Amino acid sequence: MTLVSTTTRPRRRVPEALRSPLTVVGVVVAAGWLLVVVLGPLLQPADPLAQSPDRLAPLSAAHWFGTDSLGRDVLSRVIAGARISIPLSLLLVALSASVGSLLGAVAGLLGGVVDEVVMRLADLVLAFPTIILAMVVAAALGPSLTNAVIAMLVVTWPQYARVTRSLVLGARDREFVVAGRLLGIGWFTSLRRDVVPNVAGPVFALTTLDFGNAILLLSGLSFLGLGTVPPTPEWGLMVSDGVQNFTAWWVAAFPGLAICSIVLAFNFIGDALRDALDPRMQKAVGSRAL
Amino acid sequence: MPRSGEPLTAEVAGAATVPPAPRRGRHPLLRYVSIRLGISVLLVWGVTLVTFVMTNLVPADPVTAVLGDAAAADPEVVAQFRRELGLDRSLPEQYLLYLQRLLHLDLGTSAQTRRPVLDDLREAVPATAELALFVLLVSVVVGVGIGVFAALRHRRFADDVVRVVSLVGISAPTFWLALVVFYVGFYRLGWFPGSGRLDTQLVPPPQVTGFMTVDSLLAGQTATFVNALAHLLLPGLVLTLYTVGLLARFSRSAVLDVLNQEYVTAARAKGLPGRVVTFRYVLRGALLPILTVVGLSFGSLLSGAVLTETVFVWHGLGQYAYQAATRLDLQAVMGVGLVVGVTYITINFVVDLLYAVIDPRVRRQ
Amino acid sequence: MSDADGLRISGLTLELRGQRILDGVDLVAPAGQVTGLAGESGSGKTLTGMTVLGLPPAGSVLGGSIEFRGTDLLTLSARQHNALRGEELAMVFQDPTASLHPMISIGGQLTDHVRHHLHLGRAQARARALEVLEQVRVPDPAQALRKYPHEFSGGQLQRIAIGIAIACRPSVLVADEPTTALDVTVQAGVMRLLRDLCDELGLTVLLITHDLAVMSALADTIVVMRHGRVVEHGPRYDVIRDPQHPYTRDLVEALPDHRPRPTGGRP
Repeated sequence: MTLVSTTTRPRRRVPEALRSPLTVVGVVVAAGWLLVVVLGPLLQPADPLAQSPDRLAPLSAAHWFGTDSLGRDVLSRVIAGARISIPLSLLLVALSASVGSLLGAVAGLLGGVVDEVVMRLADLVLAFPTIILAMVVAAALGPSLTNAVIAMLVVTWPQYARVTRSLVLGARDREFVVAGRLLGIGWFTSLRRDVVPNVAGPVFALTTLDFGNAILLLSGLSFLGLGTVPPTPEWGLMVSDGVQNFTAWWVAAFPGLAICSIVLAFNFIGDALRDALDPRMQKAVGSRAL
Repeated sequence: MPRSGEPLTAEVAGAATVPPAPRRGRHPLLRYVSIRLGISVLLVWGVTLVTFVMTNLVPADPVTAVLGDAAAADPEVVAQFRRELGLDRSLPEQYLLYLQRLLHLDLGTSAQTRRPVLDDLREAVPATAELALFVLLVSVVVGVGIGVFAALRHRRFADDVVRVVSLVGISAPTFWLALVVFYVGFYRLGWFPGSGRLDTQLVPPPQVTGFMTVDSLLAGQTATFVNALAHLLLPGLVLTLYTVGLLARFSRSAVLDVLNQEYVTAARAKGLPGRVVTFRYVLRGALLPILTVVGLSFGSLLSGAVLTETVFVWHGLGQYAYQAATRLDLQAVMGVGLVVGVTYITINFVVDLLYAVIDPRVRRQ
Repeated sequence: MSDADGLRISGLTLELRGQRILDGVDLVAPAGQVTGLAGESGSGKTLTGMTVLGLPPAGSVLGGSIEFRGTDLLTLSARQHNALRGEELAMVFQDPTASLHPMISIGGQLTDHVRHHLHLGRAQARARALEVLEQVRVPDPAQALRKYPHEFSGGQLQRIAIGIAIACRPSVLVADEPTTALDVTVQAGVMRLLRDLCDELGLTVLLITHDLAVMSALADTIVVMRHGRVVEHGPRYDVIRDPQHPYTRDLVEALPDHRPRPTGGRP
């Protein structure tokens, strides 16, 4: 073990973070789900939308995960759900990271009134619990997938804006950036060469951690009937079917486990990325005294 | 920085007089408190603006939502309704009206319950507050406890266990966890009551605080108290799992940060016993960030409450908000938004005040 | 104090994650003298200091010996070492704003270890704290005890940190870059204080610094380290005037020729 750490000095960052068994588990599970997204229909034993009179049937050889209240195959629906929840959450995170980072960067670079307006707006959004605000926005816009994404965007951009703004402010005042500007490097070049690389890493780590939140938020809204609409095989929606029929535990158990596993996987990865990026975490801590 | 005379020689001599205390603000603490209060008031004003704008810019027409399609077809009825709500005025006017009514504690009338929103909230808020306080109490003790413990055992087995458990806590969807707990605790084992705040055959105690547990004790109804407590356990467990995960994670990283501080090394270099270093130096240093997170966790607790209350048919703020939002009951939505926002801001204000109590840097200067 | 209160480090090695960071350090630090430990960052000088205190990084594998009063510090149990730490072996850190706890009063930080090590009561510990603050020339000691670190300037704070270090009347004081974080204007005062304390109390001072100018002003003996090894060891005058090792020569030549000698005035 000690030998490895000294011989793999270059390219330390990712390998060191990846060495933790938890991270490996996270990567494997996430890769597995990605495979499910890609292969999707090939893996489904049945049509996820096909109803049958065989309602709320327990686990069997025909239906490994049982059937739901309309006699649909739960396994097929969980697999089909991956193709909805995962791409949608990726999209949401990408959107909210772009919008939030852009607003944060603009606020940090321009300062003044723009900064005040953007950041106070962020404060206000953050003064409301996420799901309550998203719920209200989604309800007001009407239940549909697009509206749910808009509602989630409204509540998720501020954290990116905050992080990016503080990173931009930090990077802007760093000596090498100031030196570059003094040497006559243009505003845009300075931004691209010095500021962006300093911001990109932490924002990326944040998106990884946030992906889990996006899945939870999306499925939560759907669970409340404010996200995706039936008969879409969305995980949150499937769990809400399980509330009505809670005696048939399999209806809700499997989609719930699906959410758990992918969120957990991404949180493992996100944690490792954050630790790798945060130099404070790398310092050896502890000594005999404690 | 020195302004006049020969500050340099004085400094070199090492006998420099203590820098003159800043003249402005004779009571730095008072100044700090008033600034924080001012910010809080501004934020509350912002919240009224947000709730108002949000509920007025919605594309959905509240008239149809409230009156139903049949009545909405009658222009007479619609005009009457709009006048009643002041919907025929301009937006700024409407906002001023709204503020005016707020000052009189008039939150409007709920379209779904046909009652003043304030009265609805008077019933819903204590239900959620009871749940939330119960959860917060347990979570702070457990969550902060295991987070600190994990940090002190950094990179050892206990640390890994806490990391995984807390991650599982925040990764499991609340609504699903609620269902699992409901299924196992109520349906399968039958150890706990499933839904509501009290068994239906029991008469609720007279409302004093709105907390079932407290009110039943005040009324001297022990059986009711036990029942109310039992009803709290399952939804409480769901929310606790999440909040414990959150608090454990943050406490752990806060303590790890402090362990890296030089003043901890310095405390060890003084030869103080390990427990003194831990309690006097490390934990005191980590107190501020932990306090901040406890304040913040209240928001996520409310989010969790919305989802949990739906499963456990807990007639609290979350369920009320959900019903109001899905039925476009705008007055109720605005009321909930206001209560939630103001609560959140108040909690942050209290946290700011506690900062001043704990940290001399805030207290002085 | 007798010569036995000095430190003798022989063949000290330290390995961390398979890397040898200290590679056989030999030095003698006699009592009543300032022994300077010079070298660039990463040369192992700070680690040597921390090892004397018994606080090497977690996971260090140590070898060699550190002799103090006839015992080898490296053979002590954690508990025994902790008992010596603060009472006999003390340390001053580079940046007093980082090494003092921002939320504990000066009085608290000056007395907690005194009460622990010397078994003093609250009042006695306070009396000792006042005495120490006089000794390190902090004005208005009674008032200072009630204040918090952020209410002092860097120079004052470092004096207080030195006060904390000497409060239990230790024999050995490890000072790790004690002036580096301070304004140039107050550096001289702190250096003079260290010199005076060393002379008055007969302290064994191990002064760690990368700054040869500080070193030449303060140290009796200079030890130059590089790559975890001692490359030069001798009286200050000899090492500065006539460096033997090429690395020391480079260091000395890097000194600005007309660097004003610190002349810290007396208070």
